[in-house]
Amino acid sequence: MTSLPAATEKRLGLVIDLDTCVGCHACAVNCKEWNTSAGASPLADTDAYGADVSGAWLNRIHTFEVSPENAPAQIVHFPKSCLHCDDAPCVTVCPTGASYKRSEDGIVLVDEDMCIGCGLCAWSCPYGAREMDPAENVMKKCTLCVDRIYSETLAEEDRIPACVRTCPSNARHFGDFNDPDSDVSRLVAERGGIDLMPEMDTRPVNKYLPPRPKTHSQSQAPSAAVPASVPKADGLLGWLDAALDKLG
Amino acid sequence: MHPAVSVIFFTVMSGAGLGMIFLLGLGFPVDASAIWVFFVGVVGGGLSVAGLLASTFHLGHPERAWRALSQWRSSWLSREGIAAIVTLVLFGIYVLVWMATGWRHQILGLAAALGAALTVFTTSMIYAQLKTVPQWHSRLTPLVYCGFALGSGWLLASALGTHEAPETWGILLIGLAWAAKWLWWSRASRARLADSGSTPETATGLGFIGKVRLLERPHTGENYLTKEMVHRIGRKHARRLRMLALLFGLVLPVLILAIVGLSDAPGLFNLLAAVSMIIGLLAERWLFFAEAEHAVSLYYGHR
Repeated sequence: MTSLPAATEKRLGLVIDLDTCVGCHACAVNCKEWNTSAGASPLADTDAYGADVSGAWLNRIHTFEVSPENAPAQIVHFPKSCLHCDDAPCVTVCPTGASYKRSEDGIVLVDEDMCIGCGLCAWSCPYGAREMDPAENVMKKCTLCVDRIYSETLAEEDRIPACVRTCPSNARHFGDFNDPDSDVSRLVAERGGIDLMPEMDTRPVNKYLPPRPKTHSQSQAPSAAVPASVPKADGLLGWLDAALDKLG
Repeated sequence: MHPAVSVIFFTVMSGAGLGMIFLLGLGFPVDASAIWVFFVGVVGGGLSVAGLLASTFHLGHPERAWRALSQWRSSWLSREGIAAIVTLVLFGIYVLVWMATGWRHQILGLAAALGAALTVFTTSMIYAQLKTVPQWHSRLTPLVYCGFALGSGWLLASALGTHEAPETWGILLIGLAWAAKWLWWSRASRARLADSGSTPETATGLGFIGKVRLLERPHTGENYLTKEMVHRIGRKHARRLRMLALLFGLVLPVLILAIVGLSDAPGLFNLLAAVSMIIGLLAERWLFFAEAEHAVSLYYGHR
């Protein structure tokens, strides 16, 4: 069971556009909301309202600063969830068969009733896609919202992963990478979609679209030493301004 | 990596127990009174069982541990569980036959010895298979685990067996084990995450723009990943712990063996060497985990 399928009929996954992501964390919040209420068990937190808050999330938004040689640094928001790898090491290391990759659509899932919580799958994942649930003591991970995408009760437009549905800047796209005409396949072809840590030989399904080149290349960052212009005040403030000026 | 006490205890104790089972299975000479054979069997089997039980303490659901025996086709952890159980059953029968008849069944002994060696090897492969931890991902990792299991097992066996095996054997085995560890350490210092080709640039795919630096973590507090894999606190006393590992694991046992070998002290003194080595190995195993750098730390500001 924890052997990987040689090939999967579909290769469902996400394309994440690093050019348009604004780092609002809405995808992570909607992911948490959907998966804490609709999953096999809640997605638990510890000390949720205290100072030492922690908990299991399936989607995390990092923010990186990228510094080119001859241009100002740029900020890139970087959402990260399970990449549903073709050669998923988290599946083969699992001793119980709880971790598996579906041959029909390539989604990597955890059967919570089979998981012994050994944590080896999380150790084997270079991307940090798996987190132990602090209350259930089983491994949790992105399900690609398997309970939404095949739902027959949700409205047609909601049958996509929660993170994709909620993204306000269209930075997330969902589809079948085995279909060369799908939106995701076309986006990856047009924009040069990339794999994360290809040297790990995991062959991730999810792809990232790199930020587009800057159209107005700034040779220098605006300097903080230049004071902002102060608008002229009128009325009482204007009088005060003038009076204080006279005082020297 | 977070050094979990249960896993450190498990790998050291069951290593020593399995090392002892290996030697007994190969026919290590032991006084043939049934009670003593029982005692020796309990020590060898008991250490292995204690270690295995300890290893279940770090599981989220220990009551489901039996499920771990099903995926031997792909999982080293599953293979380890099966190898351990088969070895302990074989060794148990071997000891019972030995106690009852005074006869050491050679084939049964060889099978138990082979099982013990396989069990230690599978344990080490759980770590050596992980590409995400470059310091572990090496053929030297199984060598070190097997070497230490054999060395500490020899000390226990020689302390409890008849005093026939010369101490030079023990010194040789311990020396070889630490030679392997020395190779492991020197490789590890060259096989850090930064040397493995994985960087924040490859982790984000943004290297084509420029140098990548973490600006903001996704969360203000700690999470499972940072506690488990971006753990750094354990590295604080690395140098001192390494000295302690060498002192208790190498210098003291060799000294005790030399004294016992040169004087006419009873072999039971070797037990002191065994206890010392186990203390040293606990320090060594702590460092094995604490100093290991995991690829996911690249997403958390590690470079």
